[in-house]
Amino acid sequence: MSIHILFEGIDEPGLNRLEVYQRRGGYQALRTALAMSREDVLGELLTSEIRGRGGAGFQMGKKISFLPRGDMDKYLVCNADESEPGTFKDRELMQKSPHMLIEGIVIASYAAGIGRSFIYIRGEYDYQADILEAAIAEAYEAGYLGEQILGSDHSLSLVLHRGAGAYICGEETGLLDSLEGKRGNPRLKPPFPAIQGLYQGPTLINNVETLSTVPHIIRMGAAQYAEIGTQTSTGTKLVSISGDVQRPGNYEIALGIPSREIIYGLAGGPADGREVKLWFPGGSSAPVLTKDDLDVPYDFDSLAKAGTMLGSGAIIVVDDSHRVLDVAYKLAKFYAHESCGKCVPCREGTNWTVKMLQRIEAGEATPMDLDIMASVQDEIIGNCLCVLGDAMAMPVGSIIKKFRAELEEHIEAARERAGIGSLENVIPVGVADAHAGPLPVH
Amino acid sequence: MSGYDVPRFGHGSRVPGWDQAADLTKDPAVIPDSATTLVPETLRAGIEAAMAKYPERRSAAIPALHLAQELHGWCSPEAIEQVACVMRLTPAYLISVATFYDMLETRPKPRNDVFVCTNISCSLLGADEFYEAMVAAAAEDPDVGVRSFECLGACDIAPMASVNGEYVGPLETEDAAQIIEDLRAGGPVLEAKQLRFRRSVDPGAVGP
Repeated sequence: MSIHILFEGIDEPGLNRLEVYQRRGGYQALRTALAMSREDVLGELLTSEIRGRGGAGFQMGKKISFLPRGDMDKYLVCNADESEPGTFKDRELMQKSPHMLIEGIVIASYAAGIGRSFIYIRGEYDYQADILEAAIAEAYEAGYLGEQILGSDHSLSLVLHRGAGAYICGEETGLLDSLEGKRGNPRLKPPFPAIQGLYQGPTLINNVETLSTVPHIIRMGAAQYAEIGTQTSTGTKLVSISGDVQRPGNYEIALGIPSREIIYGLAGGPADGREVKLWFPGGSSAPVLTKDDLDVPYDFDSLAKAGTMLGSGAIIVVDDSHRVLDVAYKLAKFYAHESCGKCVPCREGTNWTVKMLQRIEAGEATPMDLDIMASVQDEIIGNCLCVLGDAMAMPVGSIIKKFRAELEEHIEAARERAGIGSLENVIPVGVADAHAGPLPVH
Repeated sequence: MSGYDVPRFGHGSRVPGWDQAADLTKDPAVIPDSATTLVPETLRAGIEAAMAKYPERRSAAIPALHLAQELHGWCSPEAIEQVACVMRLTPAYLISVATFYDMLETRPKPRNDVFVCTNISCSLLGADEFYEAMVAAAAEDPDVGVRSFECLGACDIAPMASVNGEYVGPLETEDAAQIIEDLRAGGPVLEAKQLRFRRSVDPGAVGP
């Protein structure tokens, strides 16, 4: 279980400087890669079957192979926007080992024949951006970036771009628009960025963790890397665990270990006397799981089979001292604030969900509101340019489904608090089970 | 609109907001004349250096607005005009960009920013109470602006805040007063709780 690739010795003082990174064998993988042909490097990435660590879990090698060949301007963009609530793994990687990311970018760009690269880092990560900027300058000076890297025919420029605070810019096409200096509105797909991305050119977009893994794949050999984890989810994954656990933080795990081992074994579980009520397995956009699902193996396919997703690998644990209503409200409010407003289902759906949840709290709701709210979530999913709306609809929808009884209790309790009267006066007993909604109030 | 507090400058005139043109005597759709627009030399050099990094100069819009905000304190109409002049873009375009992003302010803001994360992980651990305490502690200080911010990517130190970009946590309500005190003193803020000194919690990540 204890396999450490990305996090091995991550706390070594000065690892953010080139000298220490090189002393630990840094940039050796780049030399190895540059001695191979581009096709062979790409072949290694394909063999490793590494899946993107940002959220969608798409195979990185396949994504590269979608890029058209030829000498046109192609771009690599490293997505360091990391704004999914609960996710903070890239922050630790960039802060402590920025050269690992740079090395990964150079190797990936070599495999894809890319000459210009960008790191889009969220504006809030000021300290990490300063570290990266210094590291990029060092890498230029040492000849790991720039023209004809280490005497090869591969040239690459790397620019660090700071965002300015917008969740939507973590979505790949929103990020591209933002990088082009526009409002970060997502674009219609297809065409996918691999065909038409930044400045209309073919663009490879990958997460910090994915790119940071690339040097290790080259170093270990893809076949050996693929042996870690499960057959369809290879390698190790950084898991950010937070919320009601005793030891929150980033842990590196081999994909496929039981989720209980992460939540209870590594993070210590909820405080004594409390138990897990619900947990988000992959950031706040993932449909929630309950304490009955703690034994689901933590990998892409097992979680998909359980009706949720691995997403960015951020586990948020909520214990039984919290109300699900508050959790749903926080979620909905966040997504309503961050919706860019381009697509109606998302813009309206997120706002109405917030209002309906407020209605429950105010004691004005009936169980029928839950049905309406669930139908609103269904209308959002799959109907927008990007998945921001889905990112609210999936967890809120799953909360309504899995915690309906508790939400109905909240509705009843709030009605009594507000003095509006018990539901018995509103719903005829005969149809109360069918949630047919209130009769006209006289 | 009743109950709508119109923001005003110190001298009494209204601060231009979403419902008003930046300056009615100037057309926001016209690129400012570089012969008549005065741009501070450092700002001009900074923006030009930023533009040179990208294949298209428009990409430098956000870095340029960051620079202007640093200089002027906020993206004031004057700041926007200067950026527009150097970048050869219209002020209207830059306003549309500035209003999209949470960290670019199109209204005057206090010198110090305290962003309190109130997203899900932090609020499970009491961020909302801390936010109240922080607002109360900063109430008397016009130099400190407190905002409840969305996930700042540091749930391992929840509840947390970003004080002028410095991440601190886990916070307790007593820390609010200390943050204000440290800001006034001008030194490091809550040094013992800064994220940058935090070691990895993963037992397998111990250094050689």
